[in-house]
Amino acid sequence: MIDLSTTLGNAWFPSPLFTASGCASSGKELAQFIDLREIGAVVTKSVMSKPRHGRPTPRMAETPSGMINSIGLQGPGIDAFLAHDLPWLVSQKARVIVSIAGETVEEYATLARKVRSAPGISALEVNISCPNVENRGLVFACDPDASRRVIDGVRKTLGGELPIIAKLSPDVTDLVSIAKGVVDAGADGLALINTVLSMVINLDTMRPHLGGKTGGLSGPAIRPIAVRAIYQVHEALPNIPILGMGGVSSGRDALELILAGAKGVPIGTASFGDPAAIITIQNELIELLKARGFTSVAQAVGYAHRPIAESSETP
Amino acid sequence: MSTINKSSEKFYATVVSNKRVGQYHQILLNVGQLVNNCKPGNFVAIKVGGDNAKMILRRAFAISRVSTTGPYGGSMELIVAPFGQGSKWLCSQIEGAEIDVIAPLGTAFGIPTEPVRALLIGGGYGSAPLFGLAEVLKSRGCRVDMYLGASTGGKIYAPMEGKRSVNVLKIYTEDGSMGERGRVTEPIPGLIADGLVDVIYSCGPMPMLRAISEIVAGSDVVHQCAVEESMACGVGICMTCVLPVNDAEGNISMKRSCIDGPVMDGSHVAWDLVGKIPEAHS
Repeated sequence: MIDLSTTLGNAWFPSPLFTASGCASSGKELAQFIDLREIGAVVTKSVMSKPRHGRPTPRMAETPSGMINSIGLQGPGIDAFLAHDLPWLVSQKARVIVSIAGETVEEYATLARKVRSAPGISALEVNISCPNVENRGLVFACDPDASRRVIDGVRKTLGGELPIIAKLSPDVTDLVSIAKGVVDAGADGLALINTVLSMVINLDTMRPHLGGKTGGLSGPAIRPIAVRAIYQVHEALPNIPILGMGGVSSGRDALELILAGAKGVPIGTASFGDPAAIITIQNELIELLKARGFTSVAQAVGYAHRPIAESSETP
Repeated sequence: MSTINKSSEKFYATVVSNKRVGQYHQILLNVGQLVNNCKPGNFVAIKVGGDNAKMILRRAFAISRVSTTGPYGGSMELIVAPFGQGSKWLCSQIEGAEIDVIAPLGTAFGIPTEPVRALLIGGGYGSAPLFGLAEVLKSRGCRVDMYLGASTGGKIYAPMEGKRSVNVLKIYTEDGSMGERGRVTEPIPGLIADGLVDVIYSCGPMPMLRAISEIVAGSDVVHQCAVEESMACGVGICMTCVLPVNDAEGNISMKRSCIDGPVMDGSHVAWDLVGKIPEAHS
């Protein structure tokens, strides 16, 4: 038996495989294909204070082993989310990590205040790194000071109970310094990586293909970037739990991110190609852990960092 | 359990046949009992390129027709134009190949409870789902006229057997290479003025659907159209295939063409805002 359970701060999950925010809506769509209770948690699509239309179409372009999206945080707003989407997930006995996104430090704090009183939430993901906003200046996670201020505001509003996970962007020069900053400000964990800012030009129109011009690259194409980011941050902050994501589409990929230092692995773009992908990946991960002599996921977290001298080849 | 995608399943379907018909491929898939859940207008999402493909997203295809009585049990027919890498791969699949399919997905054309005079309008490869629809309408005692249009004759898909389920089949091409020269939308105002149409069912390029919606506006004719926006997932989780739709209160929201469509009431779509962003929510 492999113990798949994992923790993020004081939150416990039976599996390290989650949905990735923005890749499962609020769970209803996937429920026809997977039992939401069998996965670690549903990380809901980042929700803002008000309902939001998002960006114009086209919103998507497939690229080799990847895709670029430009959704722009379309969503129902926090009040409708808490009134309809969250209670449905709770009624299904799914564990829930709510993801929030704001345009100002104050908006994040307001969202945190509303989430604080809602029952059934395991953790709060604070998405400070969505690339699909009108003003790139709003990507808080590209600015160490802005990142800290957002997390500080959320921490003060939320109190100490619900774990806060800060979602970071790989599009920075020094990811470790951003990570240290948000941890100092009160983040209990880190989610990395968000999509990579990118562009496709349409050869028929000879203009940027996406309505929003730029988008976020996801899928297997970015997996090595995720592995590097997780490895670097885990090395610098070995006691901070990491939700590691970026192009995971098999058990092999999930194990790679866990070895780099991820305690949880959200599945995003792979669910677009196969709505049952999370379950398949979970089953593959169990076999791969067994084959390597691990008896728990916890033993494998960060195993790629072990000193050379200790590398006797059984865990 | 949610009601979204409620009758859909992911499974492997066997290719029963794959025939070239002009510029198109007519692909028959054995889908067993699932055929009973498939309605005209529904679509399928197919994994393309094999296990090691760099194409990570499924491709959506309208179900053209289904059959419960064929020699292979339940089967569904797809009409595929081998234009992109994904559709080329599908068109290269031979009899006996196993295809990873999610079906059925999306909304279906509404079928009237009483016989009506139905006009089915297809643009380019958009005619595919209209043949199955025509069979269902005909079996309900409807008069079924089908008008197909394309830029040129080679892009018209109109198989012989399709003609059996319609009263009138007319073809329009912009270059005059097949049927009448002109656009398929041109005769519609006259048909409406003469009171010859109760319901229009359409499928094809968005500008055609918009043109039909504008012609129908102000008349009593109901217009059900199957929209197309590029999709990443087909099951409602990616939010890429949205278009602006008016609700009963006149508020516009971005609806997913995979689960709120592809069949929509043409009068509900805010056509002038497709590809744009509606004003911010107040």
